[in-house]
Amino acid sequence: MIEFRNVSKWYGSFQVLTDCSTKVDKGEVVVVCGPSGSGKSTLIKCVNALEPFQKGDIVVDGTSVGDAKTSLPKLRARVGMVFQHFELFPHLTITENLTIAQTKVLGRGREEAEQKGLKLLDRVGLKAHAAKFPGQLSGGQQQRVAIARALAMDPICMLFDEPTSALDPEMINEVLDVMVELANEGMTMMCVTHEMGFARKVAHRVIFMDQGRIIEDADKGEFFGTPRSERAQQFLSKILQH
Amino acid sequence: MYEYDWSTIPAALPILWEGMKITLQVTLTAIVVGIVWGTLLAVARISNSGPLAWLAAGYVNLFRSVPLVMVILWFYLIVPQLLRAVFGTALQDIRLASAITAFCLFEAAYYSEIVRAGIQSVSRGQISAALALGFSYGQAMRLIILPQALRNMVPLLLTQAIILFQDTSLVYVIGLADFFGASYKVGDRDGRLVELLLFAGLIYFVLCFAASMLVRIMQRKTA
Ligand SMILES: Nc1ncnc2c1ncn2[C@@H]1O[C@H](COP(=O)(O)OP(=O)(O)O)[C@@H](O)[C@H]1O
Ligand SMILES: [Mg+2]
Repeated sequence: MIEFRNVSKWYGSFQVLTDCSTKVDKGEVVVVCGPSGSGKSTLIKCVNALEPFQKGDIVVDGTSVGDAKTSLPKLRARVGMVFQHFELFPHLTITENLTIAQTKVLGRGREEAEQKGLKLLDRVGLKAHAAKFPGQLSGGQQQRVAIARALAMDPICMLFDEPTSALDPEMINEVLDVMVELANEGMTMMCVTHEMGFARKVAHRVIFMDQGRIIEDADKGEFFGTPRSERAQQFLSKILQH
Repeated sequence: MYEYDWSTIPAALPILWEGMKITLQVTLTAIVVGIVWGTLLAVARISNSGPLAWLAAGYVNLFRSVPLVMVILWFYLIVPQLLRAVFGTALQDIRLASAITAFCLFEAAYYSEIVRAGIQSVSRGQISAALALGFSYGQAMRLIILPQALRNMVPLLLTQAIILFQDTSLVYVIGLADFFGASYKVGDRDGRLVELLLFAGLIYFVLCFAASMLVRIMQRKTA
């Protein structure tokens, strides 16, 4: 579904990603972790070309991201993304947030889009908030709406960039619950997160990054059992302490 | 001691109103065209396309670096010559048209800076989120970024409109009878220049002060 082939990226002379290769199969849940600044966000933003890369290629469902002939808006419309800071559109109501891309990008009718949006809003348990504005919702609620907004586009896979790290602790679980449910339904997911409980529960594979390289790319059991690299072991012992 | 005589003012009101209509026409057209053209310039300027951004920056810097009164004169003296050369016919009274053109193009440079600051006040994540949903860059700007930017900009846009309203009085240099020009003409004709200019000043003050109070109330509401 998503295949990274020797992806490298530079910001000027600073190399953010070095020769990254990995694969996310259909229906697979892959968790990406690693220290801050190691290039996790950059890596997943390359999948929908929010960040351009200079070397290698990424193929999403048969479409080459690096190919100049690829229509990026079309590609992005099929790849759902959830951000650390939710990024709901504050000037639109929750319903409008859920429908605007459906109507303007996919060309769906207003009614169809609203039906779809409200169904998904119900699914994340927020139907009662349809007429509100994002600013009236808590962080956890906003992030659930953001997930519903991405799902409304019927994505072939979902990217999550630290979806719970801007949340107060008591709100983390309500978001993780939605993600777990999504994973159990067979959604292809690539999640940057430090929530190792989530990784243990639903991930198939775990990728560990450091300084722009994929250091470890292992099955979940293997990764939590005996990570091969010392860096990953250190990292794990640090974040599993609390 | 100067003897004030206000008795000529009531009879002059219809002429002054004609002048005010010109003032409002120039002001409102320049606000609308200036904001639209200024927004396009701002979007061009922050776009990643080199030549477009460069042209827009050049335009804005040019108009911000020359006195408005000169721009008004240029458009009165030079542009009609060009038009005449192109179309071959002698144009009718072009004072109003040239003044409006000058103000629209000049104000756009100032509005574009306001709009640019407004766009930059919207967080970077918003454009990422819009693009990630499949919007084109233009759609993301139009549907997501600009509506938020405009909302943040309303007080500044109104303040600029108040300045513009006052600056329209500069059209006197091309003999156009706006509110100020009309007041001057009537005062001169009746030998009551001081009274007429005091009266015109009072009207400008009342309108602008009321508008700026309005802006302050709006600012307090959005803050
Ligand atoms: N626009 C940018 N310009 C220059 N350097 C950047 C830019 N964005 C990110 N970086 C750098 O790239 C590295 C990786 O960033 P990021 O992918 O955000 O890391 P992570 O998500 O793992 O914390 C960091 O060192 C960061 O400082
Ligand atoms: Mg990050």
